[in-house]
Amino acid sequence: MTRYLAVRVAQALGVLWAAYTVSFLVLFALPGDPVSALVGGDSSDVTPEQLDAVRAEYGFDRPLPAQYVHRLGQVLTGDLGRSVATGRPVTELLGEAVGPTVQIAAAGLLVALVVGGGLAVGAHATRHRVLAGLLLALPPLGVAVPSFWFGLALVQLFSFTFPLFPAVGQKGPASLVLPALTLALPTGAVVAQVLSASLRRTLREPFVDTAWAKGAGPTRVHLGHVLRNAALPALTMTGLVVGGLLSGAVVTETVFSRAGLGRLTATSVGAQDLPVVQGIVLLAAVVFVAVNLVVDLVHPVLDPRLPTTARRAARVPAPDRPAELLSAAPAGA
Amino acid sequence: MHAPSFSTRPRVLAAFAVPALALALAACGSQAADPATTPSSSGEPVAGGELTFAIGNDPISLNPSGTGSGNDTWYVTRQLVDSLLWQDPADGTLHPWLATGWTANADATSFTFTLRDDVTFSDGTPLTAQSVKSTFDDAIAAGALSQAAPLLAGYDQSVAVDEHTVEVRFSRPNAAFPQAASSVTLGILGEATFAVPFADRASGEAVVASGPFVLDHYAKDVETVLTAREDYAWGPDGRENTGAAHLEGVTFQVLPEAGVRTGSLTSEQVDVAGGIAPSDVPGVRDAGLGLVTRANPGIVFGLSFNGASTLGADPAVREAVSLAIDRDVVRDTALTEDFAVATSVLSHTTPGAVDLSEDITTDADAAVEVLEDAGWAREGDGLFAKDGAPLELEVVWISNFGPNQTSLELIQQQLKDVGIGVNLWSGTVPEFTERLKAGQFDAAWGNLSRADGDVLRTQYSSAATNYYRVDDPELEALLQEQLTVADPAARTEVVAQVQERLLATHAQVPVHELTTVVGTLTDVHGVELGADSRLDQLTSAWLDR
Repeated sequence: MTRYLAVRVAQALGVLWAAYTVSFLVLFALPGDPVSALVGGDSSDVTPEQLDAVRAEYGFDRPLPAQYVHRLGQVLTGDLGRSVATGRPVTELLGEAVGPTVQIAAAGLLVALVVGGGLAVGAHATRHRVLAGLLLALPPLGVAVPSFWFGLALVQLFSFTFPLFPAVGQKGPASLVLPALTLALPTGAVVAQVLSASLRRTLREPFVDTAWAKGAGPTRVHLGHVLRNAALPALTMTGLVVGGLLSGAVVTETVFSRAGLGRLTATSVGAQDLPVVQGIVLLAAVVFVAVNLVVDLVHPVLDPRLPTTARRAARVPAPDRPAELLSAAPAGA
Repeated sequence: MHAPSFSTRPRVLAAFAVPALALALAACGSQAADPATTPSSSGEPVAGGELTFAIGNDPISLNPSGTGSGNDTWYVTRQLVDSLLWQDPADGTLHPWLATGWTANADATSFTFTLRDDVTFSDGTPLTAQSVKSTFDDAIAAGALSQAAPLLAGYDQSVAVDEHTVEVRFSRPNAAFPQAASSVTLGILGEATFAVPFADRASGEAVVASGPFVLDHYAKDVETVLTAREDYAWGPDGRENTGAAHLEGVTFQVLPEAGVRTGSLTSEQVDVAGGIAPSDVPGVRDAGLGLVTRANPGIVFGLSFNGASTLGADPAVREAVSLAIDRDVVRDTALTEDFAVATSVLSHTTPGAVDLSEDITTDADAAVEVLEDAGWAREGDGLFAKDGAPLELEVVWISNFGPNQTSLELIQQQLKDVGIGVNLWSGTVPEFTERLKAGQFDAAWGNLSRADGDVLRTQYSSAATNYYRVDDPELEALLQEQLTVADPAARTEVVAQVQERLLATHAQVPVHELTTVVGTLTDVHGVELGADSRLDQLTSAWLDR
């Protein structure tokens, strides 16, 4: 187990390094530089010498490899540099932005899991065929609707037309409702789709018949037996959708005028504020890697039959494998 | 938030009751045509209340000469910082503010300001000649980081002649300086500000100034909260209220989505919304809300040709483009009645702008004739060509103004109808700037706001940024000359010649003016736009609730 953990952490560090390096190369390959962006395209009467002086101050005048090594060295010591646009340390900007984003991400994830999961279970538990078909049609719709449009529609309806929730800001729990719903839509739809496919397969397993035969009621069969076995792929998926929540925050925070990582990303990319953008890339990579590491470690807890070597295999080709494994010796049956 | 108060107020009458407003109306035709929608000051201002003002972008930097988000930043910093002079939006003239008077020497290299002796900064220290000197020296030391650096081009030094007299010296003429001195960017700061490095002042905490409001707190991407200074008593002479603000405080709330800004206004979740998109203007008007509009001074939206490209350097091509564009159709289709068709390369609200509308004509037949006379001939596809090279212009633009795309697609169609092809290219601001720098374009679409004719020099002089590479010694001489004439009337003459020259050579083909639109609830009064068409001091604003 210790060795397994060490390997996984080493892999995670590799991913972080790759994310940092690729983002560095991409950002520096873009036309323009943060200093030109800072001074602005409109301004004139700024001499090239003055521009160069600013570039030198931020270290943008040095050759790329030297900048890379220098910045990477700083990152290793926990120093992400300073924002070109505001002059403030990147770690400070990130620190301020994390809180509000975690709020809507957590609320969004909760709604996504409850609504998405409930929808999938409900569709498979109901005997009403039309209702089941209707419920199962919702997730593809949820994936297809652009969240930007969905967010604006929510604001229009529940804030401008019927003033139930504030359209903007982050004061109080009421301001969390509409952003959380917007963020939950694509995530919940994915959760519902994956869980639904997994439920369908699991319901055909022999142990389900056994459970019915033993006289278990619908609630016990669906929640106690089927859901428990079908949840694994959805759990894996949840690890992946956390990344989706971060990118969804860009849209959601813009529509709902909230501060957070999404807004910070949008404004920093616009201003080509390289240190901040790189800080965000690193943070996103850390979150992504950490969540997936946790999911990997949780898998064997949920399903003790998973051999350590199969953990990775169980993660990736999602729906099929757990079902196959489960059919051999169903948990909880 | 509060009860709406539409109803019975005699708004039309009131609009003419207040001289300041009448002046403002005279300054902008579109407002005069629709006085009912202007937030008129009906009766005596009521003291008190907090104003919530929606802006589209985070201010980023509350350091008045730092780089922020342009208009939205200046809306906020204008409330914090006073300038030496104030420019009257009615006629563009300069009036005393922190300076009671000023003189310039004949060749516009030295300007002497006499300062008020009753001004204190928010930390209690008095305004002195040294404050002015320190402010300008600090901006120069910050170099390109300071937006003030271009306004202080040629700055030599400031000399504190006595406690309340300061002489600002330039190594070369800078007749545009007095106007620049009225801008927020050159706002005067207290000595304590300079103890903090320039790059560390963005949060505004270190900025000590003498404005009618002081910073309560700033939360990035959320809000900037200001509270009124009760002892403020040195507003510009030309303004209605030279004393403390009627409001107790102002919250500038960042609402990035234009539709959300408008919706928040119509649903009364904010009191004022800046940056109303042209497409949202009719909705705001129909809702019976107030609209404060003013055409932006400076260079109008139009096509600036690249003098170094084959097509851009061809006078016949430029003239034909100018003749082929039907500006009225562009305005009526892409914009609203609040936007004026260009009457010069400078908008009509720019000091020194001349009405050259008779020289800006649309005549498709004449456009064809001009090209044929210059040796261009139509090919099978209907487009002109010469020596095997097609007449196809590479036109670059950015989406800094919503209707740009519609305007340009219309212009593309109008040009195609006379046989001129257009390739439209758009990208991010840095990509656009790189194309301009590299000269990879035939014409660029854009505008630039500033309430002084010197804006033309910054764009079309080969000695400035020189994106357009205009090879015209006569124009260059005029652009430099206007900087050397200290007398405003004489300078206006030179600026008029610059406009005529640009129009005659079609170096810039003007199309339409930009109009700033601010929406207000009906119980909000006295929100005014300054000579730069940006928010003026909110000392005149009050809430009738």
